[in-house]
Amino acid sequence: MGAPALKIPVGGTTPAPAGASLPPAAGVLGAQGVGVPAAGVPAAGAPAAGVRGAGAPAAMETAGGGPRASTSISVRRRVIWLVVLAAVLAAAALASLAVGARNVPLPTVLDALFHFDPGNGDHAVVASRVVRTVAGLVVGASLGLAGTSMQGVARNPLADPGILGVNAGASLAVVAGIFFLGVSSVSSYLWFAFAGSAVAAVVVYAVASLGRSGATPVKLALAGAAMAAGMGSLMSAMLVTSQDSLDLFRTWQVGALAGKSWDSVDAVLPFVIVGTVILLATGKLLNTLALGDDTARGLGHRPGLGRAVSAVGIVLLCGSATALAGPIGFIGLVVPHLLRALVGPDYRWLLPMSLLAAPAILLLADVAGRVILLPGEVPAGILAAMMGAPVFIAVVRRGRQAEL
Amino acid sequence: MSVLEKTEVPVNPGGAWVREQRRGPRRRRAWITGALAALVAGLLAVNILLGSYTVTIPDFLGMLGGETIPGASFIVMENKLPQAVLGLLAGASFGVAGAIFQSMLRNPLASPDIIGISYGASATAVAAIVLFGVGGTGVSVAAMAGALAVALLITWLARGRGGTGLILIGIGAAAFMQAAVTFLLSRADISNAQDILVWLTGSLNSADWNKVAILAVALAVLLPFAGLGARDLRGLALGEDTAAGLGFNVPRARLLLTVLGVLLAALPTAAAGPISFVAFLSGPIAKRLNAGAPSLPLAALVGAAIVLAGNFAAVNAIPGTSLPVGVVTGALGAPFLLWLLISSNRTNQGG
Repeated sequence: MGAPALKIPVGGTTPAPAGASLPPAAGVLGAQGVGVPAAGVPAAGAPAAGVRGAGAPAAMETAGGGPRASTSISVRRRVIWLVVLAAVLAAAALASLAVGARNVPLPTVLDALFHFDPGNGDHAVVASRVVRTVAGLVVGASLGLAGTSMQGVARNPLADPGILGVNAGASLAVVAGIFFLGVSSVSSYLWFAFAGSAVAAVVVYAVASLGRSGATPVKLALAGAAMAAGMGSLMSAMLVTSQDSLDLFRTWQVGALAGKSWDSVDAVLPFVIVGTVILLATGKLLNTLALGDDTARGLGHRPGLGRAVSAVGIVLLCGSATALAGPIGFIGLVVPHLLRALVGPDYRWLLPMSLLAAPAILLLADVAGRVILLPGEVPAGILAAMMGAPVFIAVVRRGRQAEL
Repeated sequence: MSVLEKTEVPVNPGGAWVREQRRGPRRRRAWITGALAALVAGLLAVNILLGSYTVTIPDFLGMLGGETIPGASFIVMENKLPQAVLGLLAGASFGVAGAIFQSMLRNPLASPDIIGISYGASATAVAAIVLFGVGGTGVSVAAMAGALAVALLITWLARGRGGTGLILIGIGAAAFMQAAVTFLLSRADISNAQDILVWLTGSLNSADWNKVAILAVALAVLLPFAGLGARDLRGLALGEDTAAGLGFNVPRARLLLTVLGVLLAALPTAAAGPISFVAFLSGPIAKRLNAGAPSLPLAALVGAAIVLAGNFAAVNAIPGTSLPVGVVTGALGAPFLLWLLISSNRTNQGG
């Protein structure tokens, strides 16, 4: 039970020649590190940092296709995937506008978008789906980016806003708001969601990272599950005592994109933009963090500060997404794994591309949910969990060293 | 462990010394079993006699004897008594199920409520109720089938990946099942949804003699097997290789204990919902009381005590409303799980 899980923790015992086995991204950073001799690292400290950093390629290996994957992935391939993902996203958005209880042919959809005719019934249907699609884009992008960033910050392939209990924290806070204060608009849900997700994120990460082996995947997942279960209990306590809260909550809990208003989207949009900007700026930092805290420090980064800044961005995005659409899990888990397989472990590419892939997946889940159980609908959050849980299991199964 | 650490071993331990050393824990266990049994009996009485409607002991005995007291008879005999008895049986069953899994997989986190087995039972039970309108024994059968299917699936998926792999895969499975229950919940009528919420946390509020009878009969069949399996369990708790070396038939013992544990987790789930964390809490507490050795009877008593105490708190915490018992056990169990993670981090073993 004492051995580190999934090779993530710092302090791998095999002394690897630092630099020789590092992926190119790290090589670039290493060169910078040489240019900026870190003031705090004495000459004798450098080899020690190198030995500690030996955990990093392993981390990369667990996280993606291994160091070799990143050498073989050219910029051209990444750009191609970028274009492909953008196309998929556009297609998903169009499908989200066209498909549903009443299908609208694609030319009519385009017609409705560019030459809107209020008298046309099909145009009205499309218009009613625009909010839903935009909500899907916003929520998907938020969760995807937050999940990718979480996996980098926690150096943990199982990190996800749902699994780590961050969404549950936001949910509990929102339900408490509904129950005690009677709030009913997304703009007021927001602040509760921010507070709840911040508290949950801090508690889960703190509990999991106490002790020598640090925040291993299994400890993070368990701490998250414990938080989610405990908060779920408290939530149930409020819900069984109030029919009104239950009614409001039930439609929100399942993570549906349907029935959102422009006001709701507008309310979360500023926070999503701020969070996105913050997290997009951390790509280089996450690459360095993947090499281990000591190496990152040696390269002139400040891991603690970097994690704190990322946490702010993550909380903003998770809180916004949860306030708008309810708790949607597993999107943040699946997207980074998918992207690593496509473009390698470089976070400078992963973060922006998650902004394309995650909303595409969420919108496709939403579209699928509209048609598989006609005349009813399966909410996107449920479908995301049902598709994402198997991916989670696959990730666990692939991590062969999953022996704690 | 504490007993062993404190004792100084003589240079040439003789038979008398060994007997004395063995007698200590045994005497201790007898004391603790007696004390816990008394606690459970006391909690049972508190659940029946006290609360929003109090009954005197002579009245209660009279009612048990067949006497009818207008008003009181119905509340006690049709409401409070079945609730308390169901809590006793469900708690004991969860406790044994948790202790079996935790000892067999040698990990306190591997309890059926964490690795998704209880949620599997819950999901199939809710599906049977909502989609097919099943009731009574049918719900129990559905819950058992669901729990067995989930257990089979996660053991198959986690083969060769050790206890941690199983737990992580179980967490994934639990998330999937929870999504399924949530979805069914969102499709049900609102009058039903209050009931189904119970399925997410567990509650004794809908107890009746029918449920008690089903659970009691099932436990009467299963618990003797648990008694038989206890020896195998002690062997497996030493590790599979050691157990095989000691002459245990490891695959057979594992199969027997897994099926037993799954059924013992599924049956109370069918009757009272997945009462959160009872299975998870009972084993470690019983183990600690028993000086570090797992014990199924103690786990059963601890489980019953947790459910009964939790139920009394849940029913009487807010005047006028009766919360599901799972709310209390969940709210208590989550911090315990976090604490277990923290403390196992410190000693750097487990978690």
